[in-house]
Amino acid sequence: MNELLSVILTIITASTPLLLAAIGELVVERSGVLNLGVEGMMAIGAVCGFGAALATGSPLIGVVAAIAAGAALSMLFGFMTLILVSNQVATGLALTLLGLGLAGLVGEGYVGQPGVKLGKIDLPVLTDIPFIGPIVFGEDILVYAALALMLAVAYVLFRTKMGLIIRAVGDSHQSAHALGYGVVPVRYACVVFGGGCAGLAGGYLSLAYTPQWIENMTAGRGWISLALVVFGSWLPWRVAIGAYLFGTVMILGFSLQAIGAGIPSQLLSSLPYIVTIVALVVISGNRALTRANTPACLGQPFVPDR
Amino acid sequence: MKKWLALATILAVGMTAGAANAADKLKACWVYVGPVGDGGYTYQHDLGRKAVEKELGDKVETKYLENVAEGPDAERAIERLAREKCKIIFTTSFGFMDATIKVAKKFPKVKFEHATGYKQAPNVATYNARFYEGRYVMGQIAAKMSKSGVAGYIVSFPIPEVVMGINSFMLGAQSVNPNFKVKIVWVNSWYDPGKEADAAKVMFGQGADIMVQHTDSTAALQIAEEQGKLGFGQSSDMIKFAPKAQLSANTDDWDGYYVQEVKKVLDGSWKSGDTWGGMAQGMVVLAPFTNMPDDVKKMAEDSVAKIKSGELLPFKGPITKQDGTVAGEAGKSLSDQDINSMNWYVKGIDDKLPQ
Repeated sequence: MNELLSVILTIITASTPLLLAAIGELVVERSGVLNLGVEGMMAIGAVCGFGAALATGSPLIGVVAAIAAGAALSMLFGFMTLILVSNQVATGLALTLLGLGLAGLVGEGYVGQPGVKLGKIDLPVLTDIPFIGPIVFGEDILVYAALALMLAVAYVLFRTKMGLIIRAVGDSHQSAHALGYGVVPVRYACVVFGGGCAGLAGGYLSLAYTPQWIENMTAGRGWISLALVVFGSWLPWRVAIGAYLFGTVMILGFSLQAIGAGIPSQLLSSLPYIVTIVALVVISGNRALTRANTPACLGQPFVPDR
Repeated sequence: MKKWLALATILAVGMTAGAANAADKLKACWVYVGPVGDGGYTYQHDLGRKAVEKELGDKVETKYLENVAEGPDAERAIERLAREKCKIIFTTSFGFMDATIKVAKKFPKVKFEHATGYKQAPNVATYNARFYEGRYVMGQIAAKMSKSGVAGYIVSFPIPEVVMGINSFMLGAQSVNPNFKVKIVWVNSWYDPGKEADAAKVMFGQGADIMVQHTDSTAALQIAEEQGKLGFGQSSDMIKFAPKAQLSANTDDWDGYYVQEVKKVLDGSWKSGDTWGGMAQGMVVLAPFTNMPDDVKKMAEDSVAKIKSGELLPFKGPITKQDGTVAGEAGKSLSDQDINSMNWYVKGIDDKLPQ
């Protein structure tokens, strides 16, 4: 029982940064913008969150700083792609390189310093409930925030007028523009929201997951989040399933190795990618649904008529 | 147009003047596979570079390229340094081997030193450290300190360097407790704090109470600290991250070696060769023994002294392989060549070695 509990807790923390970054990118892509700079924004979020927490001693200020840093970097992306109408793919890739490099530069003095850890929730009575307590009431606050964010995004996108506008802008920017919606401002807002989420995901790494800063600590998680959005066919709940599935298979792979099951470790390491792709391909089997959810204007530049 | 030309001329003149100034100094250069801020492997090499600067002061000028990918990029990077008048170039990763040899042929007057490789040339020396010596002592400590008799071991890739570390650790542990067990998780990365932390959590969950790693971040040790378990640091002393959990750390110290080699180039006595130094040469240093009772500490210190004097050889026979065949006869130590090409586990390890 204890072993199972520790595996579940490990899965939850491993999946949370993926979920945070992927939900943000989902909103960005729903508005028709493809930002490949998630990895860079995560890195800058991680280093700024770490630095702010170290300077103030407060992990919560670190969290705020991480969000702000990711959002700030995404504003640059928004300015380049939405105002100057540069190529989104190229700009996104450049943003990744910029973010990673800048984070390394900013974080030079932070290497080898223990960070400030975002503590776990400890509620009287509730956290002490056997098995359920540590899972539902005993993780750090961001674990639950990620789930709440996913639900909120799902609600806003599909149940509110704001969500309708965002999706309209992503599906047909000409029509949205003709109807009088500001395509560029809506996209800009979504890009900044996505940047904040990516920054928060980075902050989760350097504040809660492994409280430290080292270069390249994001280790490709931004790219995995990007893939999760596509494989989750731009639906929040599918993206969440993808993120948790990815975490589950990765941690189970470690468990099998540690038990000494004799399965080649290379296979186990690639399993999360394989299983996530297969599972999401299966649940995306309904082609019509998938097509209906793919933002039709994804990656296309928009220049309003003058 | 004229203005620009004038500016360019001024710049060019300025640069030549700078070059003339620098020519009086010996230029020593490094090629790193990771960022200098990795807090581990590359960080330690860069400390060595800084030691050269500090020790030899105005006689040398140093330069480094970081984050150089193993492969075609490496050749370009090394050649660039050679063209920039570096007199000695240290290439610090296994994957730079062929690139180093290739560039060395083109620049016979430049000295090259390649870490952890086995190909030499008249102007290419190789160097490495016997990290397995430290791991033997860590195994002894782990066997003494573990209550469950099980350690967790986080590893990167199944190359001889890593496999010899696992075997040496296990032989050390078995010298104290013949029934000692080790759980092994390959994370297929040198450097992914998240995965390392997850692997540690999983193995602690399965009953291990001491964590060893051959990956570079401090994440696993932080998990040990958090859960009230024990562990060892890797590459650098990580006591700041785990003041209550770190027993010791297997650290790389290249300072002395780099200073010595650059000095040799300065006085003209540099020669190609192969250096494989261990504790005796000060290239492998165990961080202070902490969080353990005095008798364990004494045992560890004795072992270090014996390894330094050559009395204790970690790979001294009899050594039995996992499949029961004999790897080393009683009383004889494995040759350096055998150690350097190790692709088998010693008896007592349950894991299957990925091939």
